Amino acid sequence: MSDIANNQDDFTRSAGRQLALFAALSVSGIALLMMGLSWASSLTGSGGVSEGVDPATGTVTLALREEPPQLDSTLSTDQVSGMVLGHVMEGLLRYDAHNHLAPGVAERWEVTDSGATFWLREDARWSDGQPVTADDFVFSWRRAVDPANASEYASIMFPIANAEAINQGEMDVDELGVRAVDDRTLVVDLERPVPYFDKLTAFSTYYPIREAFYRATKGRYAADADKLLYNGPFTITRWVHGAHVRMEKNPEYWNRERIQIQVLDFPYVTQDPNASLNLFKDGKIAYTTLTEENLTEALVQRWDLNRFMDGSVFYMEFNFREGRITRNLNLRKAIQAVLDPAELVYRVIKLPGYLPGESLFPIWLQGEVRPFRQEYPPPPRITDPERGRDYLEQARRELGLDEFPPLVLLTGDSPISNKQAEYYQETLNRELGLEVRIDRQIFKQRLAKMTAGDFDMVMAGWGPDFDDPLTFGDLFASWNLNNRGRYSNPELDSLVRVAQNTTDQRVRMEAFGEIQRILLENAVILPDYERGLVYVVDPQLKGMVRRVVGPDPDLTNVRIVEG
Amino acid sequence: MMWRYTVRRLIQGVITIWFIATATFVAMHNVPGDPLSSDKAVTAEIRANLEAKYGLDKPITTQYLIYMGNLLKGDFGISFTQKNREVNDIIREHFPVSATLGILAIVFAGLGGVLWGALTALYRNRLPDIVIMFLVILGISVPNFVFAALGQLGLVNVNDLLGFSLLPVAGWGTISHMLVPSMVLGLSTMAYLTRLMRSSMLEIVSSDYVRTAKAKGLPASRIFSRHELRNAILPVVTVLGPAIAAITTGGFVVELVFAIPGLGRYFVQAVQQLDYTVIMGTTVFYGAFLVLMVILVDLLYGFIDPRVRLE
Repeated sequence: MSDIANNQDDFTRSAGRQLALFAALSVSGIALLMMGLSWASSLTGSGGVSEGVDPATGTVTLALREEPPQLDSTLSTDQVSGMVLGHVMEGLLRYDAHNHLAPGVAERWEVTDSGATFWLREDARWSDGQPVTADDFVFSWRRAVDPANASEYASIMFPIANAEAINQGEMDVDELGVRAVDDRTLVVDLERPVPYFDKLTAFSTYYPIREAFYRATKGRYAADADKLLYNGPFTITRWVHGAHVRMEKNPEYWNRERIQIQVLDFPYVTQDPNASLNLFKDGKIAYTTLTEENLTEALVQRWDLNRFMDGSVFYMEFNFREGRITRNLNLRKAIQAVLDPAELVYRVIKLPGYLPGESLFPIWLQGEVRPFRQEYPPPPRITDPERGRDYLEQARRELGLDEFPPLVLLTGDSPISNKQAEYYQETLNRELGLEVRIDRQIFKQRLAKMTAGDFDMVMAGWGPDFDDPLTFGDLFASWNLNNRGRYSNPELDSLVRVAQNTTDQRVRMEAFGEIQRILLENAVILPDYERGLVYVVDPQLKGMVRRVVGPDPDLTNVRIVEG
Repeated sequence: MMWRYTVRRLIQGVITIWFIATATFVAMHNVPGDPLSSDKAVTAEIRANLEAKYGLDKPITTQYLIYMGNLLKGDFGISFTQKNREVNDIIREHFPVSATLGILAIVFAGLGGVLWGALTALYRNRLPDIVIMFLVILGISVPNFVFAALGQLGLVNVNDLLGFSLLPVAGWGTISHMLVPSMVLGLSTMAYLTRLMRSSMLEIVSSDYVRTAKAKGLPASRIFSRHELRNAILPVVTVLGPAIAAITTGGFVVELVFAIPGLGRYFVQAVQQLDYTVIMGTTVFYGAFLVLMVILVDLLYGFIDPRVRLE
């Protein structure tokens, strides 16, 4: 018996030795394989590991949320591309470190009711050393409105004479109201008085493109780092798609003294907030945004938290199409009376930096002299379930209903919109006995349903395109395509026309004040919140600027402080 | 015989891919929403210009025929979201990254699976067996995004403890970037293969021919490697084909967490953004890859086991 057992042990030992050999071979095989793969992939990756802030080389390292989808400034619409473009390009004007309008390529400018003139500085140059000329602006502006180019942001050029007609194919693109009088003088004819036209020229669609260079790329403009010509503070020196964008200080930039770092490096592309947080913890990136789950970690680490309102407003929009019960004013007022944005923000969403929504016009907008919301405070919203039930009773009589049909609430699939929708569902059911059906859709499907009007209420939001209340003010004009509920009110329409067509700031602000009142008194929308962000920055990095409009974050003014 | 078999399998493969392409095309065009819609509404004119640019203004059957024509030429078109990039470029630039990660993960999983499986069978019901099988159950039941997150967190803590960067937390490009992500990616497959290897090994250990070999007095080393290991490995090889495809295409979460520029990210984002051309390109490409892997493994089977005849 023991003999057999001994035999078995021998067998096991021998087999064990063979397995050990196998393991050793495996490990060395894997090591060899990794060497080979490592060599091969050095061509597709971001390469070495550097610190988030490196004082020795003047390098700042950050992560990108996604690969920049479009760096052709006339076609670009998204935030990441806008951020990258804002660092490598410059328009006629730009925003400075204090978010004030500052000279860019233009050293001085003049805007009148009928037009504008920009005088370009002599030392504004492209990254190949050639001067930036007025023709470069004429070329890119024409491209932006050219229907063949199908730019989604063409409408931001519509203040320029004939732009809209050209974009609709009714006029030739040469008839755009912009011309180069000489290399350094650009004259613009306006379609109507546009008091904020100077601000528009800081927007990325208005950046210059040199025609000869554009033609030389043969339809590949902006597809790669060497298919772009730069006139901003940095140039892109390396662009590995989906993996790495590296920017270096542009020696040809006219205001190069302003730029205090040498390299702005983005070797990581990830949408995962935890990955960014871990990179930040490891000292590999100099900045990251925090989510709710990550806040505790940030507090444990005793990081300095920064807050920033990104300028967008979120609200619930009603459907005003024929046959929808949400056309009824009293029903909307009933819903308005029971919902409390403060409760939503402080007790449901619970994210620091968020502000309860009071108006379509966010708090950062400037009025005539003071902030708009100080000059024209919105009527206070009082939560009063008792009155809500009275309104509902009136609505029931007006609509001739015994019982209200379920209301369809269209919403997105983010964690916040889930919470928000459930808050609505719960509150409307508890206070008014209304049944709310939540229709949760992913982005494109939600857009399709919003456009088709397939909802009673929809969670919507709006981010500003330019620094003027009009960027929000015309949203509910009957002709506005973003007015997904098809609200139509001649009084509001005429107020929008007033705000669009006069340069008298007092008259304009009064019009916006009226629009704000109409939207709230008629419960056209129910403001939910203004979005805020919490973020952390490496203490060695100073001077990062957050922007509501334009490239955000703006790192052109940063400097590295050792310590 | 072998050639006829291969050719027949390849023809079947082409039909499968055609079917995948058609089904994806139909499904994609029947989902509400379209790739051209965006947050900010555009005028009817701009919309029409965009549709004309991408050929979406044509009837759906025409679009299908054009698409199939281009597919035959190997042209997947231009992405709707990455507006300057051809789908071919996206696949060409990002698939090698996913493949590198996948190959490493599968090598890791395959070698590890065989090793641990043989070990557990050898020490059946003894301590090594119990410990490894416990870890195996953990590896199979915990999804890999948890391992990915934990792995990354572990790296941060290790680096923090050491005071210098032993291994990078995320990113791509060097050998040190690959180690942890590929292990994480291969973990569940390794656990699965371990279990497979163990059971097939146990079956063979008690088989007649092994007993005969022992009775004939063959040296232990020869019995173990020639008779036991070689036969027990067969089921592992069978599942390796689908496993390679699954790992290479399923690395999305690991790619996301470790900021790896692989193709998985594009695959998932394309579906969310309804990026028609990228959806079609990646689906057809992955489909073809999967079909090819299965055929390859079937052919490989014939080499490992001479009893299997390819007919």
